Amino acid sequence: MGFVELKNVVKTFGRHAAVSDFSLSVEEGEFVSFLGGSGCGKTTTLRMIAGFETPTSGRIRINGADVVEMPPNRRGVGMVFQNYALFPNMTVRQNIGFGLKVDKRHPDEIERRVGEMLALIHMEEFRNRYPHQMSGGQQQRVALARALAVQPRLLLLDEPLSALDAKIRVRLRAEIRAIQRKLGITTIYVTHDQEEALSISDRIVVMRDGRIEQAGAPFEIYNKPATAFVASFVGSLNVMLATVVDAAGGRLLVDGQEIRTAGPVPHGSGEAVRLSVRPEAIALHNGLPANNHLSGTLSNVMFLGAIVRLAVRTGDNELLLDTFNNPHLTLPPLGSEVTVGFPREACILLGQGEETT
Amino acid sequence: MRRRGTGSWIILALASFYFLIPLLATFLFSLRARRGTLSFLAWAHVFKDPLFSRTFLFSVEMALITIVVGLALLIPTALWVHLRAPRARALIEVLALLPFVIPPIVLVFGLIRTYSRPPIALVSSPILLIAGYVVISFPYMYRAIDTGLRSINLRSLTEAAQSLGASWRVTLFRVILPNIRASLLSAAFLTFAIVVGELTLAVMLAWPAFGPYMAQVGRDLAYEPAALAIISFLLTWGSLALIQLLSRGMRGAATPGGVH
Amino acid sequence: MSTVSEITKGAPLARPSAGVLRRWIGLAPFLLFAILFMILPAGSLFVGSFQDASGGFTLMNVAHLFRPSILRSYWLTIEVSLITAVAGGIFGFLLAYAVTMGGLPRTVRSLVTTFSGVASNFAGVPLAFAFIATMGRVGLITTLLKQFFGISLYDAGFNLYSLWGLVLVYLYFQLPLMVLIITPALDGMRREWREACENLGASRLQYWRHVALPILMPSLLSSVILLFGNAFGAYATAYALTGGFLNLVPIQIGAQMRGDVLHDPNLGYALALGMVAIMTLCILGYTALQKRASRWLS
Repeated sequence: MGFVELKNVVKTFGRHAAVSDFSLSVEEGEFVSFLGGSGCGKTTTLRMIAGFETPTSGRIRINGADVVEMPPNRRGVGMVFQNYALFPNMTVRQNIGFGLKVDKRHPDEIERRVGEMLALIHMEEFRNRYPHQMSGGQQQRVALARALAVQPRLLLLDEPLSALDAKIRVRLRAEIRAIQRKLGITTIYVTHDQEEALSISDRIVVMRDGRIEQAGAPFEIYNKPATAFVASFVGSLNVMLATVVDAAGGRLLVDGQEIRTAGPVPHGSGEAVRLSVRPEAIALHNGLPANNHLSGTLSNVMFLGAIVRLAVRTGDNELLLDTFNNPHLTLPPLGSEVTVGFPREACILLGQGEETT
Repeated sequence: MRRRGTGSWIILALASFYFLIPLLATFLFSLRARRGTLSFLAWAHVFKDPLFSRTFLFSVEMALITIVVGLALLIPTALWVHLRAPRARALIEVLALLPFVIPPIVLVFGLIRTYSRPPIALVSSPILLIAGYVVISFPYMYRAIDTGLRSINLRSLTEAAQSLGASWRVTLFRVILPNIRASLLSAAFLTFAIVVGELTLAVMLAWPAFGPYMAQVGRDLAYEPAALAIISFLLTWGSLALIQLLSRGMRGAATPGGVH
Repeated sequence: MSTVSEITKGAPLARPSAGVLRRWIGLAPFLLFAILFMILPAGSLFVGSFQDASGGFTLMNVAHLFRPSILRSYWLTIEVSLITAVAGGIFGFLLAYAVTMGGLPRTVRSLVTTFSGVASNFAGVPLAFAFIATMGRVGLITTLLKQFFGISLYDAGFNLYSLWGLVLVYLYFQLPLMVLIITPALDGMRREWREACENLGASRLQYWRHVALPILMPSLLSSVILLFGNAFGAYATAYALTGGFLNLVPIQIGAQMRGDVLHDPNLGYALALGMVAIMTLCILGYTALQKRASRWLS
């Protein structure tokens, strides 16, 4: 039994089902991300755990106790909001100490704890500043400290970094993860940024239309996506139209060229399927005999900094392939004939009717 | 959040009580002109009174002139502040807010003192009354126009129009004004409601306006004032309902505030 | 070859280097109007309050302001304004709270807002009539109470044409004005503040005590100040209700103007000066507090 248990949780607003049949078990000390686009139900689920929404049906347990009937101010759950929600009339010190003050702790204890928190987020000099005197990133760190000051058993973060600049986001997410590891606190993190989820989570729960598409470790989600949606939402994906030639032998035809998958194909002969491959799995002139090869024309080269992205046109499909930046990299001119290769294991089959993003 | 709002309903009920009973009572009172029965006798008296239509039309006329003068004065000023003299904004806002500091009773006193002797003897000219009305409506008009201009990103629109070759007149009448229509209309209707019901200026400057007429009726008759009160209320309601209607969805409507 | 900065300098409309005169010329009509019909009249009142009947300089008018009867009228006006400002402030706030955050349906809110707009403009002669028809000596409620409940209001001491009667009437436009002014501030209260409070273990009362009221205080105070000024300068309602009988400052000023009884226009000017001074203090207080409020609530 996990530390946080959700069983068949459903939330409907009028006729619209924001969350349907959501079941999840989170272990103590685990960092789980809810990942999905807007309207997928991730924030609603988080708010139900926090107590700001009541599930229409289903059970939620925190540390064994059923919390659905419990008001939010008694759950011992810390929450960090997207727009920080710092109390504008209080200094950093007063904000962080608020939960302790409400709990009627001794002023000395409050001071000590506030000091600890400020040290944790490396903001000791900001003790007497007001929220409007700080940047977004600073405010968010204070919000985190405020939530942690009361030593909650569970920490919830609702897209805490979406309002911040890209560079700060990257830095802050690492900080959040480091603090979480240090304190060993069970954490649920809501985000729409898949790179963020991939980089800091123990487990990712990909959501769509109120349901769980897949739950698993980042490595698993990325390399073994369970559905077409997960495959295309997390990371970029090349999708090619292919026809099945030999189902048992895993042979497909793409633009008249033969491709072999790593194992048998669960479709009938002659069926049209969608074959997808990650850009980083494809390489130019990859001559290994066990690999698949496709011929095409080099149509575009995009320099993205650390990554160089090439576009190769093969008949009806245009493939993107990523390679690391290398000052000595020489590329053939645009328009020339090239061959690309990728291993069989890199083939991901998407079903016929499933939608991609 | 589980919230049961019963307290709010109680507050609403109490407030409705306080606000609706006087209106109801006034209406019923106005129906008691004929002894022993309810009738619209008082209302008939009011509508048949030639002074009623005369003073009402006079006030309407004054209101319309005030609106035109006020807008003609304030629209260019607001535009100028936005586009060419942003540093003057503070000064203009203070001036537009000044009428709060100088209530009508004080204003009219000053106007009389300043303009009752030569060289400028304006006291018996309607210009003074209109000027007074324009001053009173300044805060509402300016705030409405300013809010409207701010919500349409004036600078970008004007620059876009100019880069496409539009003259200033075209820009003003085809681009700017149509886009702040809601603010202009709400400023106009608010001014209308204020001027038509205004008493202080009209009575002190001795003009046959609707306000003094109502005060006179209040002194002379018993049931007609109640009818007039209801008429005045409906008039104000009508003006403000029109504002709501016209500015639905559009930003920049004036916020009413009351002048007395 | 021009640099990028040179090319991009100077947007077509704003030319900071143009002469000061050119910059202000467009404001001339407005400024002229303001000077002619606001500044000059106010100034002449100022001057007049330091003049005697023959035009010579005197401080007697200002001294007369401290006459018992005048002081009484200032005190009465302050009393009425203070009571209606605070009462209007409290009840207006409660009503505004009820319709914004109190869980009432949306339609109720727009109804209340529209009505507040109407009611705050309803002041003056019609309002006085309405209350006379309701609570006057032969008003509907008065007669109803006597007929059905045997309660005689006026015998019990109630009088519409007194301080408390005026307070009752003034509230009719003070309360809605408060609703209109404070609603934007209540809208600016972020839901997340309450949720963060709850999340940290605070009760509803603690939320109001430590977070909501402190944040709203500048707006509340500035609104009450505005209400005070609003009541202080009100003339029409008091005049229509009591026919100039109540000893309020605006009524006094009106009396001096019309040449009633103690016709002493110079005293009137001094009275007006006193009123302007009080109103200026109000506006200054209001603006200062509004600045603070907008810092937290925007």
